[in-house]
Amino acid sequence: MQIDVTINNKQISLTVDFNEFLADSLRKHGFSSVRKGCDTSCCGLCSVWIDGKPTLSCSVLAFRVAGKNITTIEGVETEAEAFAQILAAEGAEQCGFCSPGFIMTVLALKNEIPNPTEEQIIHYLTGNLCRCTGYMGQLRAVKTYLGVNT
Amino acid sequence: MKIVGKGIAKIDAINIATGKPVYTEDLAFKNALVVKILHSPHAFAKIKSIDTSKAEKLKGVECVLTYKDVPNVRFTLAGQSYPEPSPYDRLILENIVRYVGDEVAIVAAVDEKTAVKAMKLIKVDYELLEPVLDFEQAIGHSSVVHPEADVYCNFDIGMNKDQNIVSSYKLEAGDVEAELSQCDVVVEGTYYTQAQAHAMMETYRAFSYMDHAGRLVLISSTQIPFHVRRKLARSLNMPASKIRVIKPRIGGGFGGKQTVAVEPFVAAVTLKTGKPALLVYDRKETFCSTTSRHAMRLKVRLGADRDGFIRVVDIQGLSDTGAYGEHASTVFSVVGDKTLPLYNKTKAVRFMGDVVYTNKLPAGAFRGYGATQGTFALESTVNQLAGKLNMDPTEIRLKNLIQQGESCLTYKNKVLGSSTLDRCIAKGKELIGWDDKYPRREMGNNKVRAVGMAVTMQGSGIAGIDTASAEVRLNDDGNYTLLVGSTDMGTGSDTILAQMAAEILETELENIIVYAADTDVSPYDPGSYASSTTYVTGMAVVKAAEDLKRQIIEQGARFLETAPVDVEFDGLMLQTSDGSRSMSLEKLAELLVLGMGNKQLVGNATYGSPVSPPPFIAGFAEVEVDKETGKVELIDFVAVVDCGTVINPNLARIQVEGGIVQGIGMALYEEVRYDERGTLQTNSFMQYKIPSRKDVGSIRVAFEESYEPTGPFGAKSVGEVVVNTPPPAIVNAIYQATGVSIESLPATPEKIYMGIRNNNH
Ligand code: FES
Ligand code: FES
Repeated sequence: MQIDVTINNKQISLTVDFNEFLADSLRKHGFSSVRKGCDTSCCGLCSVWIDGKPTLSCSVLAFRVAGKNITTIEGVETEAEAFAQILAAEGAEQCGFCSPGFIMTVLALKNEIPNPTEEQIIHYLTGNLCRCTGYMGQLRAVKTYLGVNT
Repeated sequence: MKIVGKGIAKIDAINIATGKPVYTEDLAFKNALVVKILHSPHAFAKIKSIDTSKAEKLKGVECVLTYKDVPNVRFTLAGQSYPEPSPYDRLILENIVRYVGDEVAIVAAVDEKTAVKAMKLIKVDYELLEPVLDFEQAIGHSSVVHPEADVYCNFDIGMNKDQNIVSSYKLEAGDVEAELSQCDVVVEGTYYTQAQAHAMMETYRAFSYMDHAGRLVLISSTQIPFHVRRKLARSLNMPASKIRVIKPRIGGGFGGKQTVAVEPFVAAVTLKTGKPALLVYDRKETFCSTTSRHAMRLKVRLGADRDGFIRVVDIQGLSDTGAYGEHASTVFSVVGDKTLPLYNKTKAVRFMGDVVYTNKLPAGAFRGYGATQGTFALESTVNQLAGKLNMDPTEIRLKNLIQQGESCLTYKNKVLGSSTLDRCIAKGKELIGWDDKYPRREMGNNKVRAVGMAVTMQGSGIAGIDTASAEVRLNDDGNYTLLVGSTDMGTGSDTILAQMAAEILETELENIIVYAADTDVSPYDPGSYASSTTYVTGMAVVKAAEDLKRQIIEQGARFLETAPVDVEFDGLMLQTSDGSRSMSLEKLAELLVLGMGNKQLVGNATYGSPVSPPPFIAGFAEVEVDKETGKVELIDFVAVVDCGTVINPNLARIQVEGGIVQGIGMALYEEVRYDERGTLQTNSFMQYKIPSRKDVGSIRVAFEESYEPTGPFGAKSVGEVVVNTPPPAIVNAIYQATGVSIESLPATPEKIYMGIRNNNH
């Protein structure tokens, strides 16, 4: 079936199967930043924004986003890169495979919770797994990015 | 030093962090065939017949391959230097399946849906065999996992196939029994370490195509491009010169990608159809059909005198390699190699035992590689000994540890070149507040907090075997290209190798282009494993850069019309000692590629080390245990590391933090589990729990640098050693808190709660 969506501020018509997940549709259409690390909505790698809210694109049927606004990291390049610089300065992206989904969640956190505490940060990001970094460096980077001192 | 020792960001950081198409799947052609594998539902069975005719007739199916369609040459998937010590016990496909998840058929179709549909149309008739599922029952079991006659070993690894023994090993110095009888105190324990899944975020995947010259090209997420090429050549019965393996960015490996997983399947499809093919294992297949850490049973006996000097270390092991023998003998020998030297006031030491085949997921290489298992058993026993002698666990270690300049019973003629482990312990004690917190504090609410600790060592590269080469080329514009065959899995090895080259050539990091790895272009390197990249490849890079620098000065002297000894080179300019004449490097580079009688300069070097200097860590855990539920909360973990000179402190710190968390997972959460038919139960992140942000408390890392005389700039390795201390340190803290000794990992609330109950009754 065909659906009309806005992806990264561009109107796009997508042809999708009725049982196709958004993550797969996005990859198919060249948004290669969208990664999958599980098939059970556990890892957060596939996080994109749907109408501004971070969502697991592996668990949303593509046809359900008809008429909605999808944002992948390709659509927020400047902000993503600004945070990526801080992450890189910490050395806290290792293999980088989890980074796009993680960064999308961090940027959403920034929009959603002004002046978060450390606990709020950890809680907000818990759904984003990372097997390489051990999380501490990511936390340092997020705190630097958001200006959190605690 | 200007660049070595600086916490510089990774050269590829921004592109990998922001999701640019740099991984295997991103690089695959859009028209690539989709490859799927039909996996065995049975733990042990013979394929009586297999009917693919319906699947083949399906529109869009390009090929269906079974054991009848692949060469009959046994090989090993273990990524080790030739001749591999792992047995050649595999075929690409075989008419016997040896575990649930073993490969039965390869399907390739124009799209995923068709491939999946075709798989369902394959009809397989199995004759079920009695599987060997309990590794403690494997020896002498009525079923033989590998009944075939043509299993081949390059070395005598002590195989006794009919008894399901892949390998037997014994390392001994002194008379263990006699010395034990002289000891004032003897403690012993039997420890079980579980199979652990690598759980790297990028699952296994490979893409292949035929190039313009009719050669097979593989793009693969692998740690071992050169070994992959050799394995493909053997298993597909074709010359290695017809194969090219390219490694793009890799989404994590942890040793998993040191064992070949999917490459032969896509290659077989491309060879059969002539078309590009892509295989991406999903998470379930990654759990069910690749490899895990070797589960082991380790019985330890320690003997000591009244003053607390450890005189005897005896470890008897049994290791479960699953259905195939990848890394079976080598992981097992490392258990002894990396534990027996740690305490060297000994009079007798021994490590011995067997590795057995079972009908389960094959085990393979995994960060820590046997040292992890050995450390858990040894350090838990040392903690027990400390308790028995009424000594502080840190004191007993300081008393017994091998020190810089000393040797030990199992490496008699080799002197330890560097160690600051004593300082690591002192620093760790201070950071965690040991003296205030040891052993425990009641917190009220039925909660108790306690601290525990452990130390460990690993190696750096494989002494006398693995050898790496490196090339540095002076380009026509005065920049450099560094060519290496090692593989950066995200650790930042490309960056630190460039830092080393830049240091020698006295240039900036951005003037060095790093290319790694492509078997057509890169010089040979065994790949990134065994903690070898910084140490072995690093040394090759240093020597190659020095070689190039010498040539630059030589050629500079020619153009400046003087002798090389009279030329000074500062990275930018070449100048005669009296300052009378000079030229820029850029000019020299340009002149060297112009006109006649010139030669573009390439520095190269090959390096293999006769020793494998150990990095060390002291790990300290603070836990809070709820005595009513057995639940453990990790409050704090402190790791103090001696990895020689730290080449890049930021990247090294993340390596340590990541390894610690993987160790925490092994200590508390992770376990590969099967049902009674041998089907994997932990086949998703729902059942197989890796730590999340909320599970790890705070982790603090410090370095106590030493200077390793045989390492590049004094460096040793760091990648593996970091995973070893959390299990024994955390289990020690749990013991201090509750009096419960956890002898089989992971330390689940159930085990702790039952232990508390049993102690109270
Ligand atoms: S792929 Fe893991 S949560 Fe979506
Ligand atoms: S950086 Fe590799 S999984 Fe997060």
